[in-house]
Amino acid sequence: MSILINKDTKVICQGFTGSQATLHCEQCLDYGTSLVAGVTPGKGGQIHLDLPVFNDVKEAVSATRATATLIFVPARFCKEAILEAAEAGLDLIVCITEGIPILDMLEVKMRCDNLGVRLIGPNCPGVITPGESKMGIMPGNIHLPGKVGVISRSGTLTYEAVKQTSDLGFGQSSCVGIGGDPIPGSSFIDILTLFEEDSETEAIVMVGEIGGTAEEMAAEFIQSNVSKPVVSYIAGVTAPPDKRMGHAGAIIAGGKGTAEEKFKALEAAGVHTVRSPADIGKGIGEITGW
Amino acid sequence: MNLHEYQAKELFREYGIPVSNGVAVNSSLDIKKAIEALEGDRWVVKAQVHAGGRGKAGGVKLVHTVEEAEAFAEKWLGKNLVTYQTDETGQPVSKILVEECTNISEELYLGAVIDRASQRLVFMASQEGGVNIEEVASKTPEKIFQIAIDPIAGPKSQEAESLSSQLSLSESQKKQFEKLYLSLAKMFVEKDLSLLEINPLVVAADGNLICLDAKINIDSNALFRQELLAEMNDLSQEDQRESLASKWKLSYVALEGNIGCMVNGAGLAMGTMDIIKLHGGEPANFLDVGGAADPERVSEAFKIILSDENVQAVLINIFGGIVRCDVIADGIIEAVKEVGVNVPVVVRLEGNKAELGSEKLSKSGLNIINANGLEEAAKFVVKASKGENS
Repeated sequence: MSILINKDTKVICQGFTGSQATLHCEQCLDYGTSLVAGVTPGKGGQIHLDLPVFNDVKEAVSATRATATLIFVPARFCKEAILEAAEAGLDLIVCITEGIPILDMLEVKMRCDNLGVRLIGPNCPGVITPGESKMGIMPGNIHLPGKVGVISRSGTLTYEAVKQTSDLGFGQSSCVGIGGDPIPGSSFIDILTLFEEDSETEAIVMVGEIGGTAEEMAAEFIQSNVSKPVVSYIAGVTAPPDKRMGHAGAIIAGGKGTAEEKFKALEAAGVHTVRSPADIGKGIGEITGW
Repeated sequence: MNLHEYQAKELFREYGIPVSNGVAVNSSLDIKKAIEALEGDRWVVKAQVHAGGRGKAGGVKLVHTVEEAEAFAEKWLGKNLVTYQTDETGQPVSKILVEECTNISEELYLGAVIDRASQRLVFMASQEGGVNIEEVASKTPEKIFQIAIDPIAGPKSQEAESLSSQLSLSESQKKQFEKLYLSLAKMFVEKDLSLLEINPLVVAADGNLICLDAKINIDSNALFRQELLAEMNDLSQEDQRESLASKWKLSYVALEGNIGCMVNGAGLAMGTMDIIKLHGGEPANFLDVGGAADPERVSEAFKIILSDENVQAVLINIFGGIVRCDVIADGIIEAVKEVGVNVPVVVRLEGNKAELGSEKLSKSGLNIINANGLEEAAKFVVKASKGENS
């Protein structure tokens, strides 16, 4: 088992023929992802990366029975792209695109929730189940099939956590980048719920960062709902207030959303925290005794 | 992106939202004409900067004569205003807003933000206007009333009714408040705002509601569809290195320390700052070169880091996922050749083509310290910044 995706998950890609999508879809195919088609409006009927291209998601889904989509559509068209996917009856939408206006996301999030569609991202590296399927832009070769579930708001910090848990031989069950935006499609809690239920996941790494209260809410949730050991690192102890640190969501606003508050909440909930991003793998070793 | 008060008020007028009559001027020579265009025998002159706390810093004044207003303009135009919200250099003043004076009977607060926890546009109102609202929020949160707007259904008159009752407004004020609320909500959505603050919203002596101050932030991600607002951006209010960086699509934030950082990915860039601090150093900046870094952008990033004269050492930390480490190495070599570098540079390359990248750097003949892993990189650069050998 694993969460969200496995080798049998049939995936389409929206924005398929663009240069970034092409680069990453090639790598997903090499990794073993069951990518079955692409969607680019106006390019229906073409063949790209040896796969059929469709004009819209409905056509692609009815022709391929795909259940998941990977979105690389430019930010200004993303709202429509996500809603099109949600209304076409897919189960899982993974949106890589960065820079979607926040008001677009308020509406997208509510509509996806109403339709019961799971959205991961935007502004995220995607989802991977090592050895089976990769829907995203993460480097496949640093992953190792294993027992740690990884959730993170950051891309490259996810890679750090992955490399450390691979180097120590623990491996990962699945890794989910929930993205660096203020309104993410899925929260820490959504993914913690899945890892708690997943029989292959034995420990969880949760990488947070400054801004918002998602980590505090996750801490409260972990305390009463997660039985598996959790190691957490929060980036941005040294970040100044009121400055956006790269990610749209990484900002200490009105004195709220500091790394210290988050560390405190997690520690109070019994989460094993590490203060250095180089100690994530070690932290897992310490609490599991592996 | 922030707007100046005078720009925000122009936007308010566009939506029929009541603000004081006012004129923004660039020169003390225009003050007389501005005052002649206004009514009354007293006016408020306000220095225009992207920061709060202007009143306490002397940047807002009530004047009774043209001469007083001219003296105020001469005092501030071309100077920097330092408030508790700015750094010690302050923000440059290039415009003064001259406004008619309003006789105030009550000061209220009205603001709107996108609340991340509830994932809604939320309006906040309070009878405790005119003061530091963060303080009210932390000490007496029960004095702040909130209402959330459904993102699909949009704003409703009942929401305005609920807030105005809590504010104890009279019947005629409630009507004005409803119009104000609906117009502000419409403006928030149509103009892609991320924050709106009216502090104070006043009940004037004649009983009417007027927005005395106006603070607006615009969602930078939406500037592609807000071209007119994008043109209103006053770059003089931003850190010069930060605005240069944004031209190159680099995320840069200036900090106080002496270790320059170049990292790919926002989370790892923060993590790098944190680990430097853990090892006793101080980061000079946050810099994310992004996932699609090419040699040219890396080179520009390097130049921006080195333009900070506090920088005593540089740490380059790249986890090559999408980005190739050999490409990063080319950019570093190019930049060092172009601008020269006389501080130690510690490089940690990991992931995609890391070995090739390290090899290129070693062969370049540049004074570069290779580090193996994040922890070692942090230790090396902290030592280097203190003039110690690794």
